[in-house]
Amino acid sequence: MSKPGKKRELSTNHSNAQAPELRPEKALRGIVDTVLRLAKARDIPETEVEVDEVIDALTRFANNTIHQNVAEHGLTVSIRAAVDGRTARVSTNRSDEDSLLAALEGAASLAASQPKDPHLLPMPGKQKYRPVRRFIPATAALSAEERARAVKQACDLAERSGQVAAGIFSSGQHQTVLGNSDGLLASYRQTHSAFSVTMQHGTAASWAKANAPDVRRLNPLSLAKTASEKAEHAQNPIELAPGKFTVILEPAAVLDLVGFLFYDFAATAVQDKRSCLSGRVGKLLFGKNINITDDVYHPEQLGAPFDGEGIPRQRVTLVHQGVVEHLVYSRRSAKLAHTKPTGHGFALPNEYGEAPMNLVVGDGTISLQEMIASTDRGLLVTRLWYIREVDPYEKIMTGMTRDGLFLVEKGKIARAARNFRFNQSVLEMLRNVECLGPAHRASGEEMFEMVVPPMKVRDFHFSEVTKF
Amino acid sequence: MLSYVRRFGFIRAPQTFVLTMWDYCSNSLEIARLRGATYADVRVMHMRQRNLTTKNGQVGTLGQTESIGLGIRVIRNGAWGFASTDQLTREGVAACAAQAVAIAKASALAKKDDVHLVPEATYVDSWQGPCLKDPFEIPLETQLDLLLAADAAMHKVKGVTLSETDMQFRKIDSWFASSAGSKIHQRRVISGCGLVATSFKDDAIQKRSYPNSFGGQHVLGGYELIESLDLGKHAPQTAEEAVALHSAPQCPEKTSTIILGGSQLGLQIHESVGHPIELDRVLGQEANFAGTSFLTLDQLNHLRYASPIVNVVADARIQHGAGLGTFAYDDEGVPAQCIQIIKEGQFRGYLSSRETAALIGLERSGGTMRTEGWNRLPMIRMTNVSLLPGPWTLENLIADTDDGILMETNRSWSIDDRRYQFQFSTEIGWEIKGGKKTRMLKNPSYSGITTEFWNSCDAICNAGHWVLWGTPNCGKGQPMQTMGTGHGASPARFRNVKIGTAFSNE
Repeated sequence: MSKPGKKRELSTNHSNAQAPELRPEKALRGIVDTVLRLAKARDIPETEVEVDEVIDALTRFANNTIHQNVAEHGLTVSIRAAVDGRTARVSTNRSDEDSLLAALEGAASLAASQPKDPHLLPMPGKQKYRPVRRFIPATAALSAEERARAVKQACDLAERSGQVAAGIFSSGQHQTVLGNSDGLLASYRQTHSAFSVTMQHGTAASWAKANAPDVRRLNPLSLAKTASEKAEHAQNPIELAPGKFTVILEPAAVLDLVGFLFYDFAATAVQDKRSCLSGRVGKLLFGKNINITDDVYHPEQLGAPFDGEGIPRQRVTLVHQGVVEHLVYSRRSAKLAHTKPTGHGFALPNEYGEAPMNLVVGDGTISLQEMIASTDRGLLVTRLWYIREVDPYEKIMTGMTRDGLFLVEKGKIARAARNFRFNQSVLEMLRNVECLGPAHRASGEEMFEMVVPPMKVRDFHFSEVTKF
Repeated sequence: MLSYVRRFGFIRAPQTFVLTMWDYCSNSLEIARLRGATYADVRVMHMRQRNLTTKNGQVGTLGQTESIGLGIRVIRNGAWGFASTDQLTREGVAACAAQAVAIAKASALAKKDDVHLVPEATYVDSWQGPCLKDPFEIPLETQLDLLLAADAAMHKVKGVTLSETDMQFRKIDSWFASSAGSKIHQRRVISGCGLVATSFKDDAIQKRSYPNSFGGQHVLGGYELIESLDLGKHAPQTAEEAVALHSAPQCPEKTSTIILGGSQLGLQIHESVGHPIELDRVLGQEANFAGTSFLTLDQLNHLRYASPIVNVVADARIQHGAGLGTFAYDDEGVPAQCIQIIKEGQFRGYLSSRETAALIGLERSGGTMRTEGWNRLPMIRMTNVSLLPGPWTLENLIADTDDGILMETNRSWSIDDRRYQFQFSTEIGWEIKGGKKTRMLKNPSYSGITTEFWNSCDAICNAGHWVLWGTPNCGKGQPMQTMGTGHGASPARFRNVKIGTAFSNE
């Protein structure tokens, strides 16, 4: 805790009203070293320290004006102590030595207050990491003015089109340093940016979103134009009877639905018998055109090349030609399964184990336009909304279509349709994929970003229709 | 005292430290003023949290977090800016205030109208929520023993394949100050716990939770909540029901009478009343993410929202109960109020802020601006949105029902982005035949259109069955904020409701 200094005159000449910068990596390493030194002096057998620094800014707009505009800067020190087969974690956002010591001793004390864990492993030692470069200075330097100007362009487009724009333009940077008393040291930094826009045209609306580590790869105006054109076409929706339809799912819809499978690929979830893959590993569960990997090194992925314990992430083939081939493992679940960890563990202690966080769904060559042209009757789905699990083993998900549902007839978009509720097994859906398009990094609003293709799926089950 | 501090890893604040909170507030407000802000408010928040979980008889999560920082919101050039920092030094908070003003100036580049706030008096006050037993003072061993015993009681039931328990405690101190002169300190202690038994058999996973799903029950209060819920006593029956569900018949697909248990009805209120009455949604400010609302301004005082027996309030006052939506002042310094939402079935009010109240011509904010933490902007959130009790006992209500299903404990929830069409499923159903609760049903679900559903409500149970349920995980905003909301409810009956659709494949 920084103590207040002597009373001084307030200065109004702060030059740092612009976006703050991340500390040098060595400053974070210094915090790790301090904690490890304090732990050694107190004979705490094993200690792990993760220091995270986050700088984020988000400009939010609605009704063709900026109505919220925020920035944050924070640093968190998270300390795990392991004492005689017991472990616990204490986090603080104070990095002075007194606060670090209090957190360290707190972690050791919490750890000692529980029964021994027979499956707790010693902390891992030094590891080798494959470097990834995901910090783009242009993104880190993006100012509130630059975000506001891009937002203004989207709002002006809306005004010219008789529409109402709402959305976000966010940018930020993050760095992490992870070290432990057994010699492990890992570090990573990245930037990120996202632009999401909803265009409302009367009572109709449509939406577009993109994200990238390099803000120069975002084209806010182009996204606004896409949403604007689709919103215009979304007017006067026809009410269709619910039932089974051929659907053309845009990447955001695929991401938000298929993404809900991610935790099912955790070995711990299978060991706990809560995964839909319990009893199904090694079997043909999906169509032969379905391939899913977890690959943090994919050029369109983001994220650190190590997991919560500092184990290097591996590329893992989860599904190959429809067969569930591999799961992902933390050190603990790997030991229980007599295999090797894949570098997907969460920070300890936790009850969930691990998960693939960099999903890449294998693609095809059929463009969205070709999917539409080859469809005699079907629905084009822009995005999905409020997706929740109805049945965990058949993986039946419910949710709504949102911001642009279009009836396709005889190879063309005929008109807009009222939004449907779906109740659809994702397992069944991935057996009914007729074709796939090129896969790219996509954004939804329900699930984390991943690399997914658009899909054409037969017999997708819509159960009820709503009022718009 | 020092050993305690060391033991639990908290930075125990000496008195001089507490006094500086107001200094950080006033320093940042002064910088904002000097940089041209016409209004500013600031929150310094100190948040402490303890999380405990067990799984299959072993400790899962065991951790504590502590975070302290400052967030300042300003109006400059008629537009909003917000910045936050954990650098609690004179220089750190000054830079943060300057950044907030710079951001507001950027906002003004895409401004249509100047921000206007309805008037509010200023307050200098300090308030502490109810807490009989500080959960952070209860030995960790006591807490873990309780959870491990409940876990073991579930796990020994044959057929249970996964047993889990959890406890969560939070202590939040906030120091609010505004350029108008308010200075308000509040302390809220929040406690929650629950357990869940899961059974995997053949080709199905079934689960039962107590006292509620998705983390159990959460209230504004201390360890007394944990003791009152007696997890160990309820663990065996919860586990037995999870296993028994496998052999229960499937909930049919048809139109039926349903009685919703209190916690499920609490979530129904949350989704189909609480969210659509948020004025920021109504005014399009959430159109990109959370969505909008069917409760357009022309509906106020005109829409028959529900049947005449339905009365709903949004009440943040302590006299309503110690819920997750209970406080003395909201996070823009407006005192807690009771807002009539539905009166005898008629739609009567929205959840508002000083800005949205001005936009629709209300004289005063309803006091519902809340923030997740020091690094987030306050926004309109539910307080305690509650259905007031009716005259029935549950026994009499069942006896009065010839053919229906009692549905208890939420399993899934989903509603469209204007809050018309919803679908819920629950963990367990009980068939009611000839006024008697008969056999168990698995996979119950129901769906409908919000106003049609609430207009089909024909009986509400009495105050003896009324519980102020806590929903700890309400997500809203960009960047996303998670907020706890309260929902008082007693079981109620609804007629002609579509059931079973979630599991239909036709």
